[in-house]
Amino acid sequence: MADAAAQQVFAPWNAPEAKPIIQFRNVTKRFGDFTAIDDLTLDIHEKEFFSLLGPSGCGKTTMMRMLAGFETPTEGTILLDGQDIAPVPPNKRAVNMMFQSYALFPHLSVWDNIAFGLRREGLDKDRIGNRVEEMLRLVQLGKFAQRKPHQISGGQRQRVALARSLAKAPKLLLLDEPLGALDKKLRQETQFELMDIQETTGTTFVIVTHDQEEAMTVSSRVAVMDHGKIVQVDTPDRIYEEPNSVYVADFLGDVNIIRGKASRKDMGADTDHVHIHFAEGQSPLWAATKRDLAEGTEVALAIRPEKVTITRDRPTDRNNAIRGKVHDIAYLGNISTYHVELPGGQIIKAQTANTRRVARRSFTWEDEVWLSFTDTAGAVLVD
Amino acid sequence: MRRFGLISVPYLWLLALFLVPFLIVLKISLSDIELAIPPYTPTLDLSRGWEGFTDWASQLDLENFWFLAEDSLYWKAYLSSLKIAIVSTIMTLIVGYPIAYGMTRAPDEWRPTLMMLVILPFWTSFLIRVYAWKAILSQEGLLNQLLMGIGVIGEPLTILNTNTAVYIGIVYTYLPFMVLPIYAALERLDESLLEAAEDLGCSRFTAFWLVTFPMSKQGIIAGSFLVFIPAMGEFVIPALLGGSKTLMIGKVLWEEFFSNRDWPVASAVAVILLLLLIIPIVLFQRNEEKQREAER
Ligand SMILES: Nc1ncnc2c1ncn2[C@@H]1O[C@H](COP(=O)(O)OP(=O)(O)O)[C@@H](O)[C@H]1O
Ligand SMILES: [Mg+2]
Repeated sequence: MADAAAQQVFAPWNAPEAKPIIQFRNVTKRFGDFTAIDDLTLDIHEKEFFSLLGPSGCGKTTMMRMLAGFETPTEGTILLDGQDIAPVPPNKRAVNMMFQSYALFPHLSVWDNIAFGLRREGLDKDRIGNRVEEMLRLVQLGKFAQRKPHQISGGQRQRVALARSLAKAPKLLLLDEPLGALDKKLRQETQFELMDIQETTGTTFVIVTHDQEEAMTVSSRVAVMDHGKIVQVDTPDRIYEEPNSVYVADFLGDVNIIRGKASRKDMGADTDHVHIHFAEGQSPLWAATKRDLAEGTEVALAIRPEKVTITRDRPTDRNNAIRGKVHDIAYLGNISTYHVELPGGQIIKAQTANTRRVARRSFTWEDEVWLSFTDTAGAVLVD
Repeated sequence: MRRFGLISVPYLWLLALFLVPFLIVLKISLSDIELAIPPYTPTLDLSRGWEGFTDWASQLDLENFWFLAEDSLYWKAYLSSLKIAIVSTIMTLIVGYPIAYGMTRAPDEWRPTLMMLVILPFWTSFLIRVYAWKAILSQEGLLNQLLMGIGVIGEPLTILNTNTAVYIGIVYTYLPFMVLPIYAALERLDESLLEAAEDLGCSRFTAFWLVTFPMSKQGIIAGSFLVFIPAMGEFVIPALLGGSKTLMIGKVLWEEFFSNRDWPVASAVAVILLLLLIIPIVLFQRNEEKQREAER
């Protein structure tokens, strides 16, 4: 039998006795009469890798700045380890932040930038030296230690900023779009590096990102924000599979939104499913949902392209099948996305893995095809 | 070719307005005094051709420079000027830095007004402003009246016609040259740098010493040279505000030129002053170049 502890999933947010490291309690932040954060309540637990996702201007940086101590909430309180942090100045918080603008000191070398925080702690020279070297190795900047920030590239600067914020090994690390300027390969490496650091040091990470793949890869939980509010907080898989709104579904990855009216007239005793009438002359879609929906409610079925199967003949094993015509094909190497036009003009995307060579694919432009999916493939959403 | 033309413009400018006058002064400094117009000899007589030129050149000598070296008055005046220039540069920095810093910390909508106030004195003649200081600093002046009025002092202070008055005059006159470059350096400083310093454990005060101050270094250096270089040769301020004991090379030069009508010695004084100032001027240029490089 496997070790029970290792089997246990890391999910302190489900444990009622767990004490969160950060608690936002009805926090509102206004700039003049503009509300940047709107009555936000949120718990973040120790050792979490918590991602904030949302469009530009939705208040992600403002949340970070309140945690770091550069802004104070207009209303509400923020607790760190159960203590109200409002009276604690930034330099007294066990929190380090990586700034979106990097904020590297231009008059100091890369080495001195990284050593800056360590020196303030009054550590002895050897320990500072060792720690800086360790950080330089981590971000692969050993060769550039003596350069000034203006003598290195944007991606390298970003890594210096990351190293500088990591150097003090804080209890809570705030990363504001930390990897945006890195190329894909280095970004993935650094992501795994961050997860590694997190595992070895037990640091709690709050990270802002606009890269949903990144959020999916690294996070224990993801919060999707809109206009100063949190729309959904959940694990990456649940955010992806069970979004609670069209906004969230749309924000993460590619999605088909099929709008229609809900009906349970012909369902009999089955309360786990609903019919969605989405177009004249088409048979209704059959979707699983436990929601209590009044007859005729406007709903949206959000379904990911990879969950839509494309075939030449009508499949017999699925309840939902729609006929359409291939409008466009996007070839992405490992996968292809077929844009299929329904008789009503709506475009539905279906994705298939390219297990055969592209020359031998089954469908081409203007082909008549069938799209099909199971009852549990999509999420039924109400706006 | 066009490129060459463009580059040559500033050089022609320098040639006409700096190098040619300098060569004339240099030539006069090598001449002898003479009761004539112009009051020195020899003068170049090109009508005699090559012979005229060699004749002229053979009469030039370093006599005036030996004279300057032997008379302690001159090198004392240089040293005294140097001291006054250094001290007043430091004082201008002490007064100017907080002004520049305050300007960058002021709300955005105030900045143009504050900038205006710094530049405003340039709209009045420099001479008038220095004369105004005479009225402020004299025994019966505004300052003494004020201090006696509020009872701080019983007897009027003697400020006018002392070195103190010279320092006040120089600090006042050159303050904008100190404030503006420091302001320019501080204004570029991104607020997030100070936040980053605080985030990494600095108090506001240490953040100032470790980030703000070093980042304004270039502005401080530029401002200091802009004050030091003209203060070194300053003539009007010591003449109007200084006393008989105030010894500055600019004043000595003026006296040689106008009172003694000794153009050759006055020219030699000027040539040495220029040579002394070349060092700080070159250093200043270096600083400017370094700054431009850092901005790239
Ligand atoms: N100091 C400030 N003064 C006024 N408005 C601000 C200030 N800081 C942020 N805002 C506003 O608050 C909103 C949220 O900003 P921010 O948190 O930076 O967004 P994000 O990081 O999600 O892009 C933006 O509309 C921004 O203009
Ligand atoms: Mg931001």
